[in-house]
Amino acid sequence: MLDFLRQPWPWYVAGPLIGLTVPALLILGNKSFGISSSLRHICAACLPANIPFFKYDWKKEIWNLFFVFGILLGGAIAIHFLANPQPIQVNPKLATELAGYGITNYNDLVPQEIMNWPALLTLKGFLLMVVGGFLVGFGTRYAGGCTSGHAIMGLSNLQWPSLIATICFMVGGFIMANLILPLILNL
Amino acid sequence: MQQHQNTDFETRSLDAICINESQLSHKWYHNIKYLIVGVLFGIVFVKSEVVSWFRIQEMFRLQSFHMYGIIGSAIAVGMLSIWLIKKFNIKTIYGEKIEFHDKTFNKGQIFGGLLFGLGWAITGACPGPLFAQIGTGATVIMVTLLSAIAGTWVYGLLRDKLPH
Repeated sequence: MLDFLRQPWPWYVAGPLIGLTVPALLILGNKSFGISSSLRHICAACLPANIPFFKYDWKKEIWNLFFVFGILLGGAIAIHFLANPQPIQVNPKLATELAGYGITNYNDLVPQEIMNWPALLTLKGFLLMVVGGFLVGFGTRYAGGCTSGHAIMGLSNLQWPSLIATICFMVGGFIMANLILPLILNL
Repeated sequence: MQQHQNTDFETRSLDAICINESQLSHKWYHNIKYLIVGVLFGIVFVKSEVVSWFRIQEMFRLQSFHMYGIIGSAIAVGMLSIWLIKKFNIKTIYGEKIEFHDKTFNKGQIFGGLLFGLGWAITGACPGPLFAQIGTGATVIMVTLLSAIAGTWVYGLLRDKLPH
């Protein structure tokens, strides 16, 4: 049983389980599924700085911080008790491309060669981790949601602004992965 | 206090995402149930490799169906669930009516969406996976998360000057 769970889970198992988060949160307490708002609540709680956007009753939304802390714990549980002993299997074309940038270690969920503490002090690492993170936080709030709030919750509730947002997420991702990221990885 | 209420309204009208529609107030430990949902969700994230930088790269190069299958089937299940909740008027476990909000379009969904897309393909993570990656021991991702929090803060600071 444990061996069975340790394999990577196929999309048709994981996708529906992720989708079930939507009714689970609604039925447990009328909460709309979304993750990027947790970043806003952290701002509101730690450094509101008199900015109107952060002046609201964040304590009412504290459930969201419990939820994201749970995701962190879930990651730890999965890696300690249910870890897949094999490296991630990727498309051979991707493996060939990444080998050209010196990325060959597939043991972790993040590429160890380019995402590590010493790399933060290099231009490449700074762009990948610091600038990338900034774009994630700025962009999701500007868009009013991320993959969970727009793509999953918004589309599930047939919201057309969420469809526009989701299309833009994908367009941005295609541009970065195919046109800009190769330049960064070559640094 | 008036201003406080106004911005609270703004949370709902302009940013009706991931909000708490419940009018009930509970003791803090009632939040444990969301922690448990988060834990299960985080386990699925890791086991399906959704939080893998490599899987995101495959997705944006159209080299694998995996991520499309996950997002697509998650939406299908979410859609069916919401349809059932509306059709049968399913209540919360506290007996409250479940509320849905329509999102209004603004240009932020385009500009912000594109910016987030760029960041998603660099970091290989949207906000949820950042938390899961830290949990799996990739401690340096704490810097990425802090930077994402900083990005959110700067958005809040510049919000009035940005096109919406």
